[in-house]
Amino acid sequence: MFDFGIWTSWIHSQLTALMPEGLAIFLECVAIGICLLLMYVVIAIIMIYMERKVCAAFQCRLGPTRVGPWGSIQVICDVFKMLTKEIITVRHSDKFLYNLAPYLVILASVMAFACIPVSRGLEILDFNVGVLFFMAASSIGVVGILLAGWSSNNKFSLIGAMRSGAQMISYELSIGLSILTIIVLTDTMQFSEIVMRQADGWFIFKGHIPAVIAFIIYLIAGNAEVNRGPFDLPEAESELTAGYHTEYSGMHFGLFYVAEFVNLFIVSSIAATIFLGGWMPLHIPGLDGFNAVMDYIPGFVWFFAKALFVVWLLMWIKWTFPRLRIDQILTLEWKYLVPIGLVNLLLMVVVVVFKLHF
Amino acid sequence: MNFVLLVVVILIAIAIVAAAIGIAKAIAPRSYNQQKGEAYECGIPTRGKSWMQFKVGYYLFAILFLMFDVETVFLFAWAAVVQDLGIYGLVSVLFFLFILVLGLAYAWRKGALEWK
Repeated sequence: MFDFGIWTSWIHSQLTALMPEGLAIFLECVAIGICLLLMYVVIAIIMIYMERKVCAAFQCRLGPTRVGPWGSIQVICDVFKMLTKEIITVRHSDKFLYNLAPYLVILASVMAFACIPVSRGLEILDFNVGVLFFMAASSIGVVGILLAGWSSNNKFSLIGAMRSGAQMISYELSIGLSILTIIVLTDTMQFSEIVMRQADGWFIFKGHIPAVIAFIIYLIAGNAEVNRGPFDLPEAESELTAGYHTEYSGMHFGLFYVAEFVNLFIVSSIAATIFLGGWMPLHIPGLDGFNAVMDYIPGFVWFFAKALFVVWLLMWIKWTFPRLRIDQILTLEWKYLVPIGLVNLLLMVVVVVFKLHF
Repeated sequence: MNFVLLVVVILIAIAIVAAAIGIAKAIAPRSYNQQKGEAYECGIPTRGKSWMQFKVGYYLFAILFLMFDVETVFLFAWAAVVQDLGIYGLVSVLFFLFILVLGLAYAWRKGALEWK
């Protein structure tokens, strides 16, 4: 696999030859920041376009077709439309918290987004406790959503925010337990290291039964964590107008919308990284020719293919199942997923301790 | 370097929101109307505030979540070394999980997991 670390260290050596070290690091930080910003916006646009097209395909429609080839410019037009809409603040709202909420939601999303390893040497934040950092960063989003609902002084927003809070914190447990199951198998929490360990087989194959169960739990919990699919009752449009962002207009609403779609990508790419081998190519033991061909496909192509496959899976789930009730959601989590997750964790420990994995 | 990058990431996150809202405020048209400040509820004037006492069920789940989330943080530290600990690690965490599951079973039995 091509190591992008060679590029970055080459750029660093070129810059330090030209200027003092501090200035070089500052310039690199600016460059990384711009890359992150562009990636974030581009991923958001791709996700929204994909959602429209996939949703249309599931409902036997065409989706956007007019603006640009296959309607591909439609989302960019929508961004400009949103920028030209007035931002309204409700008179009786809590102004400070009302304006703070989008910042928290985007902050959580960007911090989690920066953890994703796209290819070898192509990750921004690579802590040795990366998984824990990812969990901590992504759970800040709940605070933003609760603040948004509470500060709007609107009953719909409040109900939406409360439902969203209860749902997101509950399903965070299942995400934690299913990721833990894989950490037991890897004994590392660094994302790049987790991917490196999958060079001789993805964890969903290496960990066989417990890993597959953990993957399914992760998909269900991840879908609930981003408030989508059958779990979209925080913003159930037929009951609560728009849930926690009812009172937000124009770009304020746009930020929540963008964060929701990027979160979908983050959840999918973490699933791809942890269970499906991240940027590692598919290898079948024994088929050397096949493996050699697979090695020619660059790492980031593998990564995006896997991540978008999981995104497509989650969209399929969203457009297939009807919405659940709040009591059904909490029952599913606390009476089924948490006990199954705990038992599955123990099963994985037994598999690891007695060396039953591949 | 990682922590410098973390600061960069946080600044970028703030910049995205500030830029989006700043551009919108600069180019968006404005109009003034008393009615625009009203809450968007049902068309008729809103009755009372929304900052009121709320269903206690949500808080119950929040408390349960606290217990399990702290447990997850402990388990993360354990999971990273369980391969070195072997059987000893398995048995010691069994006790931990047993006490925890006891807590969940108690909450279940008491009806804290029912939505009423």
